Amino acid sequence: MIRKFRNIIRSKGPAVVAILAIIGIWEFLCVSGAVPRYMLPTPGDVVTSLISDRELLWFNAKVTLQEAFYGLGIGIAIGFVFAVLMDMFETLYRALYPVMVLSQTIPTVAIAPLLVLWFGYEMKPKIILVVIASFFPIAVGLLDGFKSADPDSVNLLRSMGAGRWRIFRYLKAPSALPSFFSGLRIATAYSVVTAVISEWLGGFNGLGVYMTRVKKAYAFDKMFAVIILISIVSLVLIAIVSILERVCMPYRHLDDADRQDS
Amino acid sequence: MSKLQVENVSVSFGGSQVLKDISIHLEQGELVSLLGVSGSGKTTLFNVISGLLKPQSGTVVLNGEEITGKPGKISYMLQKDLLLPYRTIQDNVALPLIFQGMRKKAARKKASSMFEEFGLAGTETKYPSQLSGGMRQRAALLRTYMFSQDVALLDEPFSALDTLTKTQIHHWYLEVMEKIHLSTLFITHDIDEAILLSDRIYILTGKPGEILDEIVVKEPKPREADFALSDAFLEYKRTIIRRLEESGVTGVSL
Ligand SMILES: Nc1ncnc2c1ncn2[C@@H]1O[C@H](COP(=O)(O)OP(=O)(O)OP(=O)(O)O)[C@@H](O)[C@H]1O
Ligand SMILES: [Mg+2]
Repeated sequence: MIRKFRNIIRSKGPAVVAILAIIGIWEFLCVSGAVPRYMLPTPGDVVTSLISDRELLWFNAKVTLQEAFYGLGIGIAIGFVFAVLMDMFETLYRALYPVMVLSQTIPTVAIAPLLVLWFGYEMKPKIILVVIASFFPIAVGLLDGFKSADPDSVNLLRSMGAGRWRIFRYLKAPSALPSFFSGLRIATAYSVVTAVISEWLGGFNGLGVYMTRVKKAYAFDKMFAVIILISIVSLVLIAIVSILERVCMPYRHLDDADRQDS
Repeated sequence: MSKLQVENVSVSFGGSQVLKDISIHLEQGELVSLLGVSGSGKTTLFNVISGLLKPQSGTVVLNGEEITGKPGKISYMLQKDLLLPYRTIQDNVALPLIFQGMRKKAARKKASSMFEEFGLAGTETKYPSQLSGGMRQRAALLRTYMFSQDVALLDEPFSALDTLTKTQIHHWYLEVMEKIHLSTLFITHDIDEAILLSDRIYILTGKPGEILDEIVVKEPKPREADFALSDAFLEYKRTIIRRLEESGVTGVSL
């Protein structure tokens, strides 16, 4: 228990110190007057507005989170279907993989206005944009994972009489879990940011809309508060993915003490 | 009738012949070794017998039924242990039973009943990465045995183990085999291992792989540990080395 605690300090300690140092420098810049207060609020100002605006922030965050969740969910579903089909049919893989990579060179911000024109100011265009952004890391993660299944293990299962479905269920799918989760982590981070960006370009509620509103009012402290909130939300979501990963792959997180030799 | 009959099997990969006219047989309860240098086509022959690979010509007959090119009939332990890292040991071992249609719970129970015998007691809920090499090998053997108690193909099951562990596992293996009467084809390039464990030994030469000779090891079973130190043992070893040298394999020493 104590050893575990010490390990946590050793692994996370430097990062905590670095973050505290950055906040310290920030505070110093403000207090010393190097940067005018109205352009750069102090860390304390930001926390104050984070607390005083909490209801408004939370209301808008819920909208953004909803868009991110629906988009991510649909992105996962579509990514899964594509990955399975592309793994099964080599021709499909060769046809679609380059298209998928190409689609990633189109910047999200560039198509967002188009989507707004097509689908209006409601949630739909935002969700579609999140789907587009999260689909790729999911599909690629799964595809790489399916392909990582050891061909000798495929032969072993075949020798036991396993057909395509069983090879998928007992070998390919579990082999794909690690790279699926790497993809999911990226997709989750993308999903929140993409939802916010799409809200900049038109909408009624959401953190992105709120951001454009406080920007017009030159309320820098509120601006910073939203930025911090967005990164906190992203961090929490990524942490949830990490927990999910641990639950789904207990064999990857075995304590060294559990290993036995004989 | 032989348990397993392989007749006139030939295999080529893209024009180069790997196996030429191989005919071997395996009787009930026998342990027969295939001894040959690396690249002589031993694994390829096992792939044919297990049904994973269709030979250009020749047949594989199991209990009187032709099974050429039909996987799922014979237990096959491949050259690596291939335990699935994301399944516990008991779930790895139970996998062939699940493929045969058994419910998960019953499969686990049946698999667990053999853990003691295979020296795996206490490892049921461990993952493969938590086991030593010798234990992983025994777990892979148990999985092979779970699939079928009829005929097993073992491709260099002990070659990755250090000498001490190997000696231990040989004794354990002779003991267990005595009880379970599995008919086994066994690939090795360890001459001592072949003599110690086998009833008969086929010597293969490369390229293309051909059966050079068949040697019967008459020593009765169960064999004692000191068989490996006896004159009879050395005599078998001399014969095998001579045959290998005649076929052009040099540098094999006693
Ligand atoms: N799928 C394949 N395609 C092309 N060539 C192959 C294939 N499988 C095996 N070979 C060739 O056939 C020959 C025999 O291979 P095989 O693996 O059967 O040898 P082996 O006797 O098992 O060797 P080792 O003792 O090293 O395991 C080798 O030259 C190998 O390169
Ligand atoms: Mg081989």
